[in-house]
Amino acid sequence: MTSKTLVSTTINGEPVEFLCEPHQSLLECLRDVLGLTGTKEGCNDGNCGACSVLLDGQLVNSCLVLGVEIEGRAVTTVEGLADWRGLHPIQQAFLEADGFQCGFCTPGILIATKALLDREPNPTEAEIRAWLSGNLCRCTGYDKIVRAVQAAACCLNAASQEVNE
Amino acid sequence: MSTQTNKPFAVVGERLPRYDGADKVTGKAIFGPDVALPGMLHGFILRSPHAHARLRSLDTSHAEALPGVYAVVTAADLPPAKSTDHRYARDNTFASDKVLYVGHAVAAVAARTPTLAEHAARLIEVEYDVLPAVTDVLEAMREDAPILHDEMRTHSLAGRGEAPSNVASHFQQLKGDPARGFAEADVIVEREFHTATVHQGYIESHAALATWSDDGAPFHGALTVYTTTQGSFAVRDHVAWLLDLPMSKVRVIPTEVGGAFGGKNASYLDVPAALLARKARRPVKITMPRPDVFLATGPSSGAVFRVKMGATRDGRITAAQAELFYAAGAYPGSPVGSGANVMLGPYAIPNGQVDGYDVVTNGPRVSSYRAPGGTPANFAAETVIDELAEKLGLDPIEFRLRNHAKEGDERVDGGTHGSIGGIEVLKATQACEHYNAPLEGPNRGRGVAHAYWGNWGARSSCTLSVNGDGTVSLVTSSVDLSGTRTTIAMQAAEALELPAERINPSVGDTDNTGYADVSAGSRTTYATGIAAIQAAEDVIAQMRARAAGLWGIPVESVSYANGVFFANADLRFTFAELAEQVTGAGGSVSSIANVDVGEWGAGFSTQIADVEVDPETGKVTLLRYTVVQDVGQAVHPTMVEGQMQGGATQGIGWALYEGYAYNDAGQMLNANFLDYKIPTALDVPLIETVIVEVPYPKHPYGVRGVGEPPILPPPAAIANAIYRATGVRPTHLPMTSAHLLEKMRVIGNR
Repeated sequence: MTSKTLVSTTINGEPVEFLCEPHQSLLECLRDVLGLTGTKEGCNDGNCGACSVLLDGQLVNSCLVLGVEIEGRAVTTVEGLADWRGLHPIQQAFLEADGFQCGFCTPGILIATKALLDREPNPTEAEIRAWLSGNLCRCTGYDKIVRAVQAAACCLNAASQEVNE
Repeated sequence: MSTQTNKPFAVVGERLPRYDGADKVTGKAIFGPDVALPGMLHGFILRSPHAHARLRSLDTSHAEALPGVYAVVTAADLPPAKSTDHRYARDNTFASDKVLYVGHAVAAVAARTPTLAEHAARLIEVEYDVLPAVTDVLEAMREDAPILHDEMRTHSLAGRGEAPSNVASHFQQLKGDPARGFAEADVIVEREFHTATVHQGYIESHAALATWSDDGAPFHGALTVYTTTQGSFAVRDHVAWLLDLPMSKVRVIPTEVGGAFGGKNASYLDVPAALLARKARRPVKITMPRPDVFLATGPSSGAVFRVKMGATRDGRITAAQAELFYAAGAYPGSPVGSGANVMLGPYAIPNGQVDGYDVVTNGPRVSSYRAPGGTPANFAAETVIDELAEKLGLDPIEFRLRNHAKEGDERVDGGTHGSIGGIEVLKATQACEHYNAPLEGPNRGRGVAHAYWGNWGARSSCTLSVNGDGTVSLVTSSVDLSGTRTTIAMQAAEALELPAERINPSVGDTDNTGYADVSAGSRTTYATGIAAIQAAEDVIAQMRARAAGLWGIPVESVSYANGVFFANADLRFTFAELAEQVTGAGGSVSSIANVDVGEWGAGFSTQIADVEVDPETGKVTLLRYTVVQDVGQAVHPTMVEGQMQGGATQGIGWALYEGYAYNDAGQMLNANFLDYKIPTALDVPLIETVIVEVPYPKHPYGVRGVGEPPILPPPAAIANAIYRATGVRPTHLPMTSAHLLEKMRVIGNR
């Protein structure tokens, strides 16, 4: 078998070092090597979005990234959204809007939502639906998810206004 | 969103936060593939590349010799078959003499890493004698079709057939005199429909982790299985049955479930993981790759329908006749029976005949998918109903109302309708804004369809334990697929007259809870809710007795209301005060209620679809969509709306996008989420919901099952809308652009 590679990276704001086999995907490294099982595997071929993470702020399917590729880069997973102050406003919005049913696609959708709102704080419904079209949800019919994203956008905008004032 | 509500409740009917919500948005919820144990190995299942073949030889020696491989198992590791059903279940776990579908399990390997397990499995040498395969249900019924099971004979009213056949069974439902009914009809419509196999498409794949306690020789230890399932007891019973173990030696611990929709009623990985773990003497986890989920778990049946209905000029249905042909996959057991039971269910039909055929084909053994068998049957029946209404010049809802069944009416399937809200649902549809809004523009059309679903009750168990601080722990064995922890706890809170936050619900396992049937058939909020209410009533009775003892008065003198036990102005305990007293002295209060609910309230849903069809490409765009449904009493309206929207969206996928594509060799060509397309956020509009509440009298709060009815009407509602947009009536699911273009060209050339 192949020997392992040492990867030095930043995950959810913390420096992390781990050993991975060169063929292992970032998804496998997160789940099997680092125990960060919040990121989910739905298809392992880039078609469901359940494994979405941010790589240097960019939305990626972690099943399509190799573990060794994150050397020196920064990864954000669902476990990195909440902090000591409590839930991230996006998580709070999904909780309040009941923006999930079984909750399995939810980590990926939360991450995708963060990527969207980081670049576009006021997305239209059509923009939200287009952006989330890479994240499959089989339970909800998407309506509650779209509403949760809208609620999160409102909340984040209100918070940033407060900061600006 | 509109709700027609009648609300005498304090907790039931509120839009409360979900108990499991925070874990679901933080990634802390533990799903099937997330479970791990120290020293755990990883399993991989080797599957057949052929749709139909005889197993000539199986050599596992190269895999076993690979360093890091701890166990290899095959059908030879399973106890011998004890009956036909047992043999089917055993052979569907590991093929013994023949493989019957692409993806049929042949062997499994446990190794140090998932990659090594897969690599080792590829070293297993299997020799196949490939046989001709058949995946289409009508082709499988031909006399010259390849036979899957040499010993299979058709079971029917006439007895057992003579010759080997792929038709496992044929049944007939008969009411009145259909020939006379058709003779009385002024208008008759007769059509044939073909529908593809579709998959439940849950995003969480199957996963199972098995571990044995080493208290003696193999078969004497106790087995624990962590698994993602709709029924922990169903898995326990299946594992005990196939491994010949006492049920008490198998503990099944259900994880959170990432979508199921009927597809996690059956067990696929639990027995292979248990066999590997026993041989390896270490915990073994198997997670199923997505392609295998399509290939080797139980999708719905592909089906063919022939439907004939007649009506008089004044809009009365005089007769209906239907033939249903359902592909069961490799082993008998398609949901043709429930398809037959529901397809004509909404209407009072004086003369009817329904023939159903359960046919084995070279595909995975079908399983339940939300309202099993009902969606394609509804497509066939409701398209014909729509055409009849059109030929009679009647509004489609008016025609349905004229023929709607009422309480006490006998159905063609022989059953009798109880309290039903179908007429109320149709009237709410007629009255809703969407149905009355103008739909303008070329190539656009509006369609409706209506559906009946029987729902279910069955066995549930609920345990309540009163804690010293006045909170109540609630444990059920009903796996929570969709938020039922919350809806069950809300009913307990209602019965206990306590705020919902005082109840803490959880899902137990097979060692620490009473028996429950699978969380399926829209039964959990309904039936487990009844168990919770009964346990709550018993807790109150026990608490009243304890208060009476403390006060030295007869129990009849103690009343309970709004969370307070009282006898007079001086003798008062809040629930929490009494809870503190009783847990401090005399032993704490708890109650377990076990129910077997034999009656349940049927559900009805009417749906409205507005579509636009591109005449050049045949692409269908959904412009607007509304779901109207009788839910009895909405326990949690937000979650009820979610069921209505989610069910309809699955039905929309069934209608427009989804279907197994097979080649002539019986190989599925689209076993991934790119080529098997389920609806994305872009494919569906906002789905409007209208909750109708016709309380079901046999549930204390009027609850009916909610989850299944909304998946039924979308294909017919959309097909009827497409007809109004294009002038062609789709006859195949999915209604792809190719299907519609072909139909439109036929019309154009006429």
